[in-house]
Formats: sequence, structure tokens, C-alpha cells
Amino acid sequence: MEANKIIPDPSQVREELIQKYPAKVAKKRAKSIIVNDPETIPEVQANVRTVPGIITQRGCSYAGCKGVVLGPTRDIVNIVHGPIGCSFYAWLTRRNQTKPETLMDANYIPYCFSTDMQEENIVFGGEKKLKIAIQEAYDLFHPKSIAIFSTCPVGLIGDDVHAAAREMKEKFGDCNVFGFSCEGYRGVSQSAGHHIANNGVFKHMVGRNNEVKEGQFKLNLLGEYNIGGDAFEIERIFERVGITLVASFSGNSTVGAIENAHTADLNVILCHRSINYMGDMMETKYGIPWMKVNFVGAESTAKSLRKIGEYFGDEGLKARIEAVIAEEMPKVKAAVAEILPRTKGKTAMLFVGGSRAHHYQDLFSELGMTTVAAGYEFAHRDDYEGRNVLPSIKVDADSKNIEELKIVADPELYNPRKTEAELAELKEKGLEINGYEGMMKQMTKKSLVVDDLSHYESEKLIEIYKPDIFCAGIKEKYVVQKMGIPLKQLHSYDYGGPYTGFEGAVNFYKDIDRMVNNPVWKLIKAPWEKNGKSAGLAASYVTQ
Amino acid sequence: MKHEHAKAATQNACKLCNPLGACLAFRGIENCVPFLHGSQGCATYIRRYLISHYKEPIDIASSNFNEETAVFGGSHNLKIGLKNVSDQYKPEVIGVATTCLSETIGDDVPGILREYKKEFKNGSPMPLIIHASTPSYQGSHIDGFHAAVHATVKALAVKGPKQTLINLFPNMVSPADLRHLKEIFTDFAAPVMVLPDYSQTMDGGPWGEYHRIPPGGTPASAIASAASASASIEFGSTIEASKSAAEYLDVMFGIPAYRMPLPIGIKGSDKFFSLLETLTGTKRAEKYEDERRRLVDAYADGHKYVFEKKVIIYGEEDLVIAMTAFLREIGMVPVLCASGGKSGMLKKRIAELVPDMDELGINVRDGVDFVDIEEESKILQPDFLIGNSKGFTMSKKNNIPLLRLGFPIHDRFGGQRMHHLGYRGTLELFDRIVNTVIEQRQNASSIGYTYM
Repeated sequence: MEANKIIPDPSQVREELIQKYPAKVAKKRAKSIIVNDPETIPEVQANVRTVPGIITQRGCSYAGCKGVVLGPTRDIVNIVHGPIGCSFYAWLTRRNQTKPETLMDANYIPYCFSTDMQEENIVFGGEKKLKIAIQEAYDLFHPKSIAIFSTCPVGLIGDDVHAAAREMKEKFGDCNVFGFSCEGYRGVSQSAGHHIANNGVFKHMVGRNNEVKEGQFKLNLLGEYNIGGDAFEIERIFERVGITLVASFSGNSTVGAIENAHTADLNVILCHRSINYMGDMMETKYGIPWMKVNFVGAESTAKSLRKIGEYFGDEGLKARIEAVIAEEMPKVKAAVAEILPRTKGKTAMLFVGGSRAHHYQDLFSELGMTTVAAGYEFAHRDDYEGRNVLPSIKVDADSKNIEELKIVADPELYNPRKTEAELAELKEKGLEINGYEGMMKQMTKKSLVVDDLSHYESEKLIEIYKPDIFCAGIKEKYVVQKMGIPLKQLHSYDYGGPYTGFEGAVNFYKDIDRMVNNPVWKLIKAPWEKNGKSAGLAASYVTQ
Repeated sequence: MKHEHAKAATQNACKLCNPLGACLAFRGIENCVPFLHGSQGCATYIRRYLISHYKEPIDIASSNFNEETAVFGGSHNLKIGLKNVSDQYKPEVIGVATTCLSETIGDDVPGILREYKKEFKNGSPMPLIIHASTPSYQGSHIDGFHAAVHATVKALAVKGPKQTLINLFPNMVSPADLRHLKEIFTDFAAPVMVLPDYSQTMDGGPWGEYHRIPPGGTPASAIASAASASASIEFGSTIEASKSAAEYLDVMFGIPAYRMPLPIGIKGSDKFFSLLETLTGTKRAEKYEDERRRLVDAYADGHKYVFEKKVIIYGEEDLVIAMTAFLREIGMVPVLCASGGKSGMLKKRIAELVPDMDELGINVRDGVDFVDIEEESKILQPDFLIGNSKGFTMSKKNNIPLLRLGFPIHDRFGGQRMHHLGYRGTLELFDRIVNTVIEQRQNASSIGYTYM
């Protein structure tokens, strides 16, 4: 058992991180490196473009659109319009899982379609090849939907993927074809691609099937991508308590479910960053409120279920939720009791995603571990500070380039699921509807919040805090481990998971225990290397 | 080869993109930071992909194009990016590779680099900057690899007094192979300049202290002396003369170029060792004679398991060619030799090594994807597949075992530590092939057996 660590003074750490930067850069980075205070919540600079030459962990618009949001829906054929790399790199690389109901049901996730643009397509245009590719995909599978994703050169050579999609859609008659202008250079990070994907899915898919399915408590699960089977665990719990899942955006989802999503009575949002647009648009057009939930962490899962129960306001549902929590918790408690003595007092750092750096803090706190520093890779200010800062977020050139759909209430289908009075009542009960408080409110005073952590800063933080575990992705994994600190991948889960719900929590406790208490870390330094001093780190960037 | 199933789209590609190969090659230069001129997503995706195979960190910088850059040109971003990488990493070399984006807008990278050098003339540090043109809409990752090697030699090699030095251009082989090759040269007491040499940067140990750039790689100064070497050896069968570093040194500096297929198998390895004996005037060390004897012994012991087994081999063309010769050497029939690459030389080069290929029913197809390979496999009914991890889907679907080889291997551990070259590498490869057959038979047997 380890005694509680002494946490360094965060203001000093902040100074140390900034001091080696030239004045101009220091000024810029100072706005993204913040000492937290959950009471006042200081402003964090986020979603600003990375300076060229600074190695960022961020991806591109295409990655957010195709890889994250559209990728997990199993029966859309995704065609990547561009040279071969983009399609290859997004081919089964995220661990979004899917479970077709029967062996006969369509699942195109294992496929990687690309127009494989060659020089002549760049010179003479690629639309013709794109249309042939769409035809081939149609002939091969007769899918319900075909989506087209533009990569960098497409926008520049002037290929109109939307026109090609319209033409082919009309030609087929029974296949919904639509395109995305998600060229890699658009926006600051993959976050731009999430927004583009939300727009396209809303415009081209949601609302196509008005059939109201059976079920008393119907909701959509937004921003859950079924990495490592996370959605399966949530589905299991929903089934147990009697909640009907209409559609998931987009883990383990189908075209049919998404087209029918507007018949649900509630949207619950997990990853606020990647899908909040969808929640807002469905609210405006169909009158479906959304609620932020978190199924990462056993306590958070229980809390989220209770919130859903409260929303529907049904005593039977509430009772079932309590019964299920009571049944599921003992195995969670037993796991904590066994593991916590080995993890208590240890420290973690989380620099990942647009919501995971927030959600996973719950699991660490269940293990008695402190999150000393956290930050997102591609989030915006509202994910840090809460949605009440939305009106004050400055719209810059990068966000202006992403289309904001003008949504109005649907003349026929708009049906507010809750009256103003009911919403006010729910709010009184502590249910935040259409709101998100952000990560910082939950983090302790004097923890460190850093947006778009640079390479230099991560080395420095490791050197100063010596955390027991660092959470990020595969790009950071092996460099952090070279310094003797285990790195837990929170994108791919290191091939583990699920980590959601009750069973997922137990999986996570065990995995973290294995990592932080593994004897291998004691072998990193050879006996003759023990006095090794750390080389000075440099940091002197030029801004644009 | 015209094929009736020819299609416009590529489904389940059997190739990666051009800049990926360049980044890997630049990683084999000491104190070098690979730099992609284009969107940040390319650097991120390529890092992600290389890391998943090598299980090592790899930093790739980028000029982070935005919409404005895409329209008005990338000059400003490239310069800021280079300056930042120089200040932050203090590299000796920056390897700039282009992407489809900067190539499509037609950025004049050499021009921008000249301007940059002028503008920061007195700025320190000023690393050596190498530029390789690697548009993703041409060729595949292996072309980017060779383009980076070629560009590096072109940029750094300078004429000097003749040295007893051999240049080795080993192709895209594993870090373990690179270490083995260097050991062979050491045993011949022959100084060697290996380019690229990522044996340490892409397969190194833990760090006692923080490194901005991982230790290892061939120093720029050593690459400079490539132009005064006594000979160049280049592994590869399909590298066009205009893209070959060895050829360049031959034409420009009169360094004799010895170009040969990857030395896999006894014949291939014999050729390599004989060449070294000729070039160094030294007989191979006893230990290599031993290694050869052990390999022959293993062939004798294991041939019964693999003889006449049908296999589909896929991957980079040069790898497929060398592997085909080796598979024939152990009596296997590579019923399909396939590659996503398309040099136009695949069939010809295989025919040179396996003259009776047609009688044996060996099919060769270039420019294919996994859907093409799968279609062929339904007719050819191979006993197993040999190639990278991306063949797993078809392997599982059709219940054909897959022996993992080449790049990328991201669903097995240790891809970077596998040997393929020389007697030693061949032996390791042979053991794995034999065991694949035995494992399959063991698993398929209803009564089961536990010894062979």
C-alpha cells in the first residue's frame, strides 16, 4: 500500500511549463494551461489551431467524420474518395464493435472502399471514377446506404461529391447515397469532422422512417461508439431495466435505427463533443430533449440510470432501476474492496479525446486514485467549462468554415416531449436538460487542466508529477512507457474493454491494477543506470 | 494483366500510401525528424500506423494545412513548421515528404526550402533538409520509402577520397533484419553505410533519460561518404533505375552498384554472401557456414510438412518476389503471388527466379486488393496465406490460416523483431511456416496428437 503522494503546487508547475517558451508562445500556451477551481471555473483556451511543426496528437476532419461518427454503423457502405492512404488508415483501426442480429444481416465494417485516386484523377477530376465506385458498391451489396467521404485533394480539384451522390441516389431509387465534405484540412482537428458528420447524418438519415415502434421508455444513445463493446454493456443494462433503445449514434447501430431515431422521447449524450449538435438539432426539429449522462464508472452509471428514471417519471421504471443497481453493485463493490488497497493514493493523468478525459476520472476515483492533471485533445471550451459559456465562445475562421445547419421545428413531426412546466420541474429535481457542466466542475481545486497538450509539456508533466498511470492513445503510449510509466490507451482500450456500466467498471479496475502494480516497471532501469539524470527539455516555438 | 473482375474502386487495399514509406525511411537517419507537408491528419494517421506495427514512438511533424493554406499555398506553414521543429528538437536532419494535398496545389517545395534557408541564414540551428516528393496518388508506401532513400543520398552524398566502405540499401526490412545485416558486415570486417537504419529507432530499449529524438540511425556524415564508397548493394527487384539510390551513386560517382533480390532462402543468401566475399576479399566467417548447414538440415527435416503445400503470398512486390523463390526452394507452390504495388515488373522478376512458374501453376497479379485475392483463393484453394495482418479478414472468412509477414503486423506481437534475411532469417521463417502447417493439422485432427 502506498502513502498518498505529495502533489506539486500547480501554479508552479504551470510557470515551469510556460517559462521556457518565447514570450509570444508563452502568452498563447498560458491560456490553455489552467489551474482548476471548480467554484469559479477559469477560462481555458481550446479548439484553436495547432502551430505547424508542433507535434500534436490531433487528427483531421476526415478522421472525425468517417472514422468516429459514421464508421460504427454497420450497414452503410463507406466509400473514401481520395488516394489510398486515408481509407487504409481508417480501416478497422478504431475498435468499434458491432453485432449483426443474424449472420445474413449486412455488416460492411470489415470493408475498406476507396476510389484509390491516381494522378490522372487529380489532373482530370475524379467524379467519374467515384460514380463507378458507387455503382460497384451498389451492385456488390445492394446496401441501404452509401456514404462518400472527401479527402484533401477532392475539395481542391473541384469534385462535387454531393452532386455525384444525388445523381446515383436518383438512379438507384432504393439506396440512400450522400456525401461529406470532410477534407482533412478543414477545421482545427477531428472535431470539425464530428460536426460535419452530425450535419450529414441529420440531413440525410434522421427522420426518414416515421414508424413508431413499441416500447414505453424510448431513448437514443448519442456519442457512444462501442469501443471494446461498451455499447453492448449499456444495451444489457437498458434491457434489464426496461428501457427501449431506438438508435445509437453510432456504436452497434444500423441505418434503419438512425432513420427512426426521431421517434424516441429522450436523447442521452455520452460524448458531448462529438454529438451535441445532433442533440440540439433533434430538440429543435422534433422536440426531443437531451440529457448528458455518463456510463463510465459504476456510480456514474447508477446516477445516469436514475436520471433517466426521473426524466420518464415512472415509478415502475424507477423501481426496476433501483433493483438492477442493487443487483449489479455487489460485484462492483467486491472488486473495489479487493483492488482499492493496491491503487489507493495513486495518481493518474488523462489527456484524451473530447469527453473521455472527463468520464474516466470517475473510474479512477472509484479506485481511490487522484487525477492530478487532465485535458482534451480536440474539445471546445464548453467541454471544459460547461455549456453556459457557449454564447461567449468566439467564432474564428476555422469554425466559421463548418456549416451550421438552420433547423426549424418540423411542421408535422415537432412534438415537445415535455412541457415547459415539466422541464422546469425536472430542473428543480436537479436534472439538467440540454445542458452539460463540463469537466472542470468535477475536478478538484488545484488540479491542472491543459488543452491540446504538446509533446514537450507531457514529458515535463511526467517528470514533475511522476504519475502512476498516464492515459492517452497509441501515439503517446510507447514514449511514456519508455520513461517507466504505464500508459492506458483510452481510444482503443489496449485491446480491453468494455469499460462502461457495472461489468465494464470491474474490467477497468482489474486492468488498471495490472498496469500500475506490474513488476515490469521496476525493471525499466538497469542497476547501473539508476543515477541517470533527465536531460534538459527545450521548448521554443514560433507561432504564426 | 487484364482481369475480368477488374474494377474501378479498391476494396480492402493491399498497399499503404506513399508518404508512410518516406517517414519510415527518414526514421533511419540519425537525429532526423520526419516532416509531412500537408494536413496534420496524415502525420497522425501514419504515426498511428507505424506505431501499431513497431510498438515504438515515432514523431512526425506536419505543416498543418488549413483551408487558407490549401488555397493560397503552404509556403508560410512549411517555414514556420521547419523553424519550430528545428528549435524544439534540434535535429541534424529534417526529412520533408509531401502529401497529396501539397502536391495537388503544386507547392514548389525546393523553392520554398531555398527561401527558408536564406531567411534563416544566421538562425541556429539550421538542420540539413531533405525533400522527397511523395504524392499519395502515385504508387504506394514502398515508392515513398525508396523516394526518401534516393532523395537522402542525392542531398547528402558528396564526393571524397575513396574509402573501403560498402553502401547497403536494404529495402523495407525489419529492425531485426537490419541488426543481422550489420552483424554480417562486422563479421566480414567491412565498414558499411546502411540506409535507412531504423534498427534502433524503431526497436529500442527504455530510456534512462528523455530523448527528443530516439537514439540510433545512420549519421548524416556517414551518408555523405556514400559517394566515396567502393560499392553499393541494393536489395530489391523492382526499383526503377531512376529511383534507385545505388544507381544514382553509380551514375554520378562511379560507385559500382550490385542490385539483387532480398536475400531470403539458401540461394538468395548464398548470392549475398558470395557477393560480400568478392567485394571484401574475405571468406565468410565459420559461423555463417554453420548457419547455412543448420538451415539445410532444417530443410531436410521439415520438407515433408511443407512440400507441395499451396500458398498465396502477398505484400510489397520485392518481398513477394524473394519469398516466391524461397517458397519454391522448400517445395511449396505459391499459387498466387500478389501485390498492391504495380511496378510492371513483378511477373518478369518472378520468372527470372522461377523459370518454370507457368508449369507449376504460379499466378502473378499486381495492383490487386484483398477482394481480388479472395476471389482468386476460391479457385486456387491455398493451404494458407502469407502476408501482413490485413489478410486476416479473408483468412477468417474462408478459414485459411494466415502466416503473418511483412508490414503492417498489428494483430500480433513482435513484428519488428522477426528475421527474414540470410540463413538465420530464412531458418526462422522456415520454422514458422512448418509450425503453421503442423498447427493446422493438429487442430484439424479429431483424435489429436501431441508430438510429431
